[in-house]
Amino acid sequence: MLTIKNLHAEVEGKKILKGINLEIPKGEIHAIMGPNGSGKSSLASVLAGRDNYTVTEGEVWFNGKNLLEMSPEDRAREGVFLAFQYPVEIPGVSNINFLKTAVNEVRTYKGLPPLEAKEFLKLTKEKQQLVDFNTNLMNRSLNEGFSGGEKKRNEIFQLAMLNPSLAILDETDSGLDIDALRIVSNGVNKLRDAEKSFVVITHYQRLLEYIVPDFVHVLYNGRIIKTGTKELALELEEKGYDWLKEAEHQKESV
Amino acid sequence: MTSDTIMIPFYQALTEDVNALAAPQDSLQELRRSALQRFSATGLPTLKTEAWRFTNIQRFLKEYPYELTSTPATTTAAVANEASIPGLDAYRIVLVNGHLQADLSSIPEGKGIRIGAMSASTDAPGFAKWFNQHAQVNGEPLADLNTALFGDGLFIELQANVSIDKPIHLVHVYTSDRHAFIQPRHLWVLQRGAAATVIESTVHPKQEAVAFSNSVTEVVVADNAELWHYNVQQGAENFRQVNTTAAQQERDSRYHHFNITLPNTPFTRNNLSVVLHGSNTETNLKGIYLATGNQHVDNYTFMNHLVPNCNSNEHYKGVLLDNANAVFTGRIHVHQEAQKTNAFQQNNNILIGDKATINSQPQLEIYADDVKCSHGFTAGQFSDDALFYLRARAIGEEAAKALLVNAFTHDVTDEIAVPALQDYIQGQIEAIMNN
Repeated sequence: MLTIKNLHAEVEGKKILKGINLEIPKGEIHAIMGPNGSGKSSLASVLAGRDNYTVTEGEVWFNGKNLLEMSPEDRAREGVFLAFQYPVEIPGVSNINFLKTAVNEVRTYKGLPPLEAKEFLKLTKEKQQLVDFNTNLMNRSLNEGFSGGEKKRNEIFQLAMLNPSLAILDETDSGLDIDALRIVSNGVNKLRDAEKSFVVITHYQRLLEYIVPDFVHVLYNGRIIKTGTKELALELEEKGYDWLKEAEHQKESV
Repeated sequence: MTSDTIMIPFYQALTEDVNALAAPQDSLQELRRSALQRFSATGLPTLKTEAWRFTNIQRFLKEYPYELTSTPATTTAAVANEASIPGLDAYRIVLVNGHLQADLSSIPEGKGIRIGAMSASTDAPGFAKWFNQHAQVNGEPLADLNTALFGDGLFIELQANVSIDKPIHLVHVYTSDRHAFIQPRHLWVLQRGAAATVIESTVHPKQEAVAFSNSVTEVVVADNAELWHYNVQQGAENFRQVNTTAAQQERDSRYHHFNITLPNTPFTRNNLSVVLHGSNTETNLKGIYLATGNQHVDNYTFMNHLVPNCNSNEHYKGVLLDNANAVFTGRIHVHQEAQKTNAFQQNNNILIGDKATINSQPQLEIYADDVKCSHGFTAGQFSDDALFYLRARAIGEEAAKALLVNAFTHDVTDEIAVPALQDYIQGQIEAIMNN
């Protein structure tokens, strides 16, 4: 589904990604871990198309299409979803209008007619229950005055509404208490299916107890330096990243 | 008088032979003559005139050889329907170049309601008492010019405790086969406890000739009366306008004024002044200007607090695209007697066009010591984070910008108390942004 080949990217002349290779097949969950500043969130931003990043080398293919040539909105319409680490507050845009616009943009792109008001409401209700999203928040301005947990839940709710084939969760767990974490994780687990892939970017192994990955990759200094199964996350929790960093530096000096 | 002024075509006629002018022969000759004398003495504003520092009206007056005219014209239902607001249940009143066209109008009737042409209302009690009584009309050059030579307009007088069950939708049609300088004049009087909603729209039939409107609306909101006044300026390339609205409020009254300027009138100047004669009043002045191309939009507002315990709240929001140019002046005068005044003012702008400009000037003169007054000004651009967030949710760049502009203007549009009008304005803003 997603193939990343030798991806290099920089922001304001600073090299951030230095040759990422990653293959994410349909239906799998891949966790990306790594110390602060290793490039995890940058990878998410580059995949979603944030324009302050410049891709200097490499390719990204998504379902056979060149992702890097697409605008952010077309990537989303093709089925890439980024759950933001810091969801943006937009006063004056109601959550419900925003969602309706987003859902119908995707439908139009796919050649489907816009949803009737009734159908849209039905879909909304169903997905709201799925991710345990408070109805009161629906008519409020987008994320305005939401708590940290509410914002993250809103991201998962949007994920449910837009039903993408690839969801990238950028530190969705950071700053969440255990209850919120459980709710968010439950939402993700209910949305899992054989057609959908997830890239779960996280700092903490804790999330991976709830969302169990098929593979864990460690990102350091703009490169993936180790790939393993879910046990790798436990090992990292125990030993930290230093042993991997050292091994990497030794490799470099050789 | 500078040589520049003399180049304005009808100006010469004015100064050469006052008596030969096209003023209607009505009972107001004395008033007209003295207004004309005042106008001749002051002349047109220049960039040196304090209230016109950023707007060169003479440049706009010289664009075309405008003819002074007060000749009535008529229009068709199809043209008037262009101003229709979907879902709005209202009494529609159609004025063509200021002249009431009765066959296209449904005028509310009933005890204590008097609505008709100004020319047919000079005998009304409210007319005798209030016409040309506002300080900001008497002595302002363009208002004086209007007083001297206005053609016609709409008179409204509601007697005590009369309210109209539906909004009045006042449709101004401007049409002429020659470049015309048109001067409508209106007077609306709400006596004690009366209530009304007036929505003004404009229609500009497609034509070669350009219309320049210099209109004056005098508004009186007496004790405990309430007026909701919406001015929707959906312009056209073949239109220019100076709009003077002069309101006075008596005690316990409420006046809510919305000024919404949309494309494409190249030149708009709105003079809005409110003078508070009685205490415990509420005044809301809300504005949106969404300008494109080379539009020049100048909003000059003046809140005049004469008495204690009054509240005024002013909020103007600007969205400027392309080379659009906007001016906002917020003058607040709190007189020494006007203790316990609350007077707030905000002017926020988004500059989208690379060459768009805003000149914003608060002018607070406060002579009372126990008051709460504030003002604020911002000018910014779209938030990149917000734009990316929307685009990452499949919303195209143009649609995302439209959403953000609607979001920016929402604290004004949310206050529109007529739901059909609110939907309409939000829809118009979205449509303009999507183009």
